[in-house]
Amino acid sequence: MPGSKSIIPFGPQHPVFPEPLQLRLVLEDEKVVEALPAIGYVHRGIEKLAEKKEYTQNIFLVERICGICSFMHALAYCQGIEMLMDVTVPDRARYLRVIWSELHRLHSHLLWLGLLADSFGFESLFMQSWRSREAVMDIMEATAGGRVIISTCIIGGVRRDISEELMAEVLKTVDVLERDLEIIRPVVFDDYSVKQRLVGTGRITSEQAYDLGSVGPVARACGIARDFRETGYAAYKEIKVTPVTETGGDAYARARVRIREMYQSIDIVRQAVRDIPAGDIAVPARGNPEGEVISRVEQPRGEVIYYIKGDGTKNLERLRVRTPTFANMAPLLTMLPGCELANVPVIVLSIDPCISCTER
Amino acid sequence: MNCREKSPWIVHFNCNSCNGCDIEFLACLTPIYDVERFGIVHVGNPKHADILVVSGAVNHRNVRVLKNVYEQMPSPKAVVALGACGATGGIMADCYNVLGGVNQVIPVDVLVPGCPPRPEAIMDGILQAARLLNVHQKDRHAGAEVRLTLQPVSEPEKV
Repeated sequence: MPGSKSIIPFGPQHPVFPEPLQLRLVLEDEKVVEALPAIGYVHRGIEKLAEKKEYTQNIFLVERICGICSFMHALAYCQGIEMLMDVTVPDRARYLRVIWSELHRLHSHLLWLGLLADSFGFESLFMQSWRSREAVMDIMEATAGGRVIISTCIIGGVRRDISEELMAEVLKTVDVLERDLEIIRPVVFDDYSVKQRLVGTGRITSEQAYDLGSVGPVARACGIARDFRETGYAAYKEIKVTPVTETGGDAYARARVRIREMYQSIDIVRQAVRDIPAGDIAVPARGNPEGEVISRVEQPRGEVIYYIKGDGTKNLERLRVRTPTFANMAPLLTMLPGCELANVPVIVLSIDPCISCTER
Repeated sequence: MNCREKSPWIVHFNCNSCNGCDIEFLACLTPIYDVERFGIVHVGNPKHADILVVSGAVNHRNVRVLKNVYEQMPSPKAVVALGACGATGGIMADCYNVLGGVNQVIPVDVLVPGCPPRPEAIMDGILQAARLLNVHQKDRHAGAEVRLTLQPVSEPEKV
């Protein structure tokens, strides 16, 4: 019957999503008029568990909030504890943290590009970007011992050093990546079919993005130059980062931001490897955290906020995490009404959702 | 050796995972590892699948979805649980919303250890499960039982 509404459940088990997110889409013919998220499929209760474990054990726990940006979760947590305990991290450790952060950003963005390509049926771009991503996974394994969850961040520094020979390997890897990106970039930027699917899809205005509190590439694609690496945590004091911005506000602009950020990450890795000072990689941290602190780190998906409250014992009183996908959920629900059902996967993946971060 | 073993179709369900196992599972499909050389095809519909690959532990909300996905698969079928969480709940075992490993709800044939397991290990697990497809289900789980009795959960609210 024309004009009547129907509800389509989208997820939690859906071929496009690697994660269980359920959207109940209210449709009028093929048009989405309303999207209602139903979440909780990945809720574990990590924040509560963090109160039961010791603050040093929590590093491994927060890394498993999300396997894609695990290093940045550990980084935000360790930085918060270091602020509470007045620990000054050695210079070499700060640079090593930057190198691993940017490698994680590279692998996360390539992973996202593959999933986005898969969402509009561009299977060969999916395969190509995941093939390039394996170079990052290999160097992650060579430098840290793990492919995905590397557990190198500890309170007071890092656990492992990267030797001179491995630094050369890191540089070689980013060279290979840059060469691969030169092939991938024109496909995303200029290909007719890709542009047909991305340009104008899921557009929000700059004001909407600002009012709804979007973060990361979603905000930067609307021209909001906000990148928390500018605040100068880790070695970003020395390595200056200019936010990558686009003005389109649609899925295409978000894709452009992330592709350009990959080039930026490659530059940062090169700078960090060039400028890294010699010295210790960790200082011992003694005592227990006391007081409360907010620690912010720029993840591939945007800004993550850790609120940590310690009461002078080895257990924390409270750990609260605000993840980027949670902030980008409101813009997503603004983008969806008015779009075609076939564009829903593209729009959802254009914000690069991480449900296990959001639900913890 | 029959067609099922030669070309098992797999469906993946992310139960409660941190994405670590999921991205390693997806990496299996991509050119470096390429499970399609074993005839393994990743499908989205459980009704088409022979092997269910589950990552992560079971929680109160997704337990019914997991059972639903499993029951929609035609027999013979096999289940592969990825990672420490899939086996016992792993580091999340003490979380208030985590019920435990996948075998609390559905019979698991192959456990792939690791946090997360490497793609090679996942491929090995899937191939072992493919061999089990020829074994009758009741011979596979001799002695094993499903331990968790599910509390009745309220139906999801209607929109």
